[in-house]
Amino acid sequence: MTGAPEAQAASGGIEFCGLRLAHRVINGSGTFDAIAARRAFGAALIERFPFAAYVSKTITLQPRRGNPPPRLWEAPAGLINSIGLPNKGLDGYLAEDLPLLAELPAPLITNVMGATGEELATLVAACDERPEIAAIELNVSCPNVKTGLDIGADPRQLEDVVRACRASAAKPLIVKLTPNTADVAACAQAAEAAGADAVSLINTLRATALAPDGGAWLGGGDGGLSGPAIRPVALAQVAAVARRVGVPVIGMGGVQNAAHARELLDVGATLVAVGSESFRDPLAAARVAEGLSQAA
Amino acid sequence: MSDWGAAPAPLERRLLTVLGVEALGAYRVLRVADVETPEPRPGQFAMIAAAKRWGGGADERPYLARAFSIARRRVGETHFLLEDVGPGTKRLCELDEGDGLWALGPLGNGFRPPGARRRAILVGGGVGVAPLAILQDALAAEAAVDVTVLLGFRDAARAEGAALLHGARIATDDGSVGHRGLLTELLSKELYADARAEVYACGPAPMLEAVRAMCATRDVPAQLALEAGMACGFGACFGCVVPMRGGGYLRVCVDGPVIDAAELERVDEHAGAPA
Repeated sequence: MTGAPEAQAASGGIEFCGLRLAHRVINGSGTFDAIAARRAFGAALIERFPFAAYVSKTITLQPRRGNPPPRLWEAPAGLINSIGLPNKGLDGYLAEDLPLLAELPAPLITNVMGATGEELATLVAACDERPEIAAIELNVSCPNVKTGLDIGADPRQLEDVVRACRASAAKPLIVKLTPNTADVAACAQAAEAAGADAVSLINTLRATALAPDGGAWLGGGDGGLSGPAIRPVALAQVAAVARRVGVPVIGMGGVQNAAHARELLDVGATLVAVGSESFRDPLAAARVAEGLSQAA
Repeated sequence: MSDWGAAPAPLERRLLTVLGVEALGAYRVLRVADVETPEPRPGQFAMIAAAKRWGGGADERPYLARAFSIARRRVGETHFLLEDVGPGTKRLCELDEGDGLWALGPLGNGFRPPGARRRAILVGGGVGVAPLAILQDALAAEAAVDVTVLLGFRDAARAEGAALLHGARIATDDGSVGHRGLLTELLSKELYADARAEVYACGPAPMLEAVRAMCATRDVPAQLALEAGMACGFGACFGCVVPMRGGGYLRVCVDGPVIDAAELERVDEHAGAPA
């Protein structure tokens, strides 16, 4: 899966789940709002679009306002966020955001989350009908309303959910694995067994910051840790997953430069996603892609 | 009257050279060489970070760039007003002439000019006086606008920050300079005196909330420049939200930082900036 990636890039891009990508660097879901960035930076965002594919923030069936502030905490070499997946809901996304995202010069991957397999399948089916959407990513870091455990943390539950979605999707299906589980490779295998075309990891690590009064600092309670602090964890989990599955792996977690991306590719990732580093530099992903191509 | 329209920000972080960091009472004025920037609209901000040693301070911070209002533009220079209140601001205060500074911006929605024949009342608290300085510069070019400046500080060392603007009336918490008491006591008198007032305010959340409430009661238009902890400054992280009147949230970075007071339910202290 990772053989001679630079040679492929030199010959006019790489192939991922049937998509033709200009290079190996994409964004992590929820770390880059292309619509807001286009307002801030104008046409330059389209002319110098940093990502080989663009992953939307998570879309849910119903609109969500997101969590009460504060939503951010700066951690040692990273940040904890508790944003709460604010989004316009499926209908708002399809009607308002999709036409704008379709103008981006990169394939669009829409990330969706539901509390049940049925809800996820509904979202997947709706996305599958839209030609603007190239692939669908499942956010399975949603607590099961009965057990409280993340759907994606339990291989059996994950397999059921992915199977339900697979039946609704002809487009490539990517499962965004949660790192907050006992055995991420077992979850990856379950996703593959259920028909996932690729897996992506790692999502943020569950984390908490305390206010001076001893209560949770973040308005949403717990949050997720990202940034350079989690890069060694990402490397271990991506390696563990890549050893156990045959489908392509999108590796992410604390990537700041081409050397970091190279490590994830070396342990078996096919694509690399840049997340928090884009907060510090909107062209971070372009820097990483450029560095990878120069190292070839 | 000009519309103070702003061009889009350059997509990349620019590496600027520090010209100096000078004390202004309890604050520092950071001056950087900045020839190619699109002219900022008053109230816009930049995400800034030291090019070297950004990280490794208290709690192994800072990691994220810090959002700072553009305080002044001078020929070939951009100025920021700093107060050392955390690992990020501390590192910025330690910059020396010749050091590099990463800057992304100008970002966000700035102030809108006042209507014709209006009177602009600039209300600033603490380090929040910064965007009012560049606003006063812009208003100086609008001959038809009267400008009144009211600034509040905790103490005399901070009150030296008033030198960033001209003709300010000052209130201090401890009475060491000017009026002893709240800035809103000065504002209240001004609002009674003149029905043509439009308020432009920036400062700590309790001050902004008091200004918002007073202007709402008296039906005075007010533009508030808000501060919030933000990771990116361009709408990516959704971290810097404030509650909107009628429900939902506004992102301070792309819906603000200057927001009409009428759009806000209230100004809370919740957004606590990473300092």
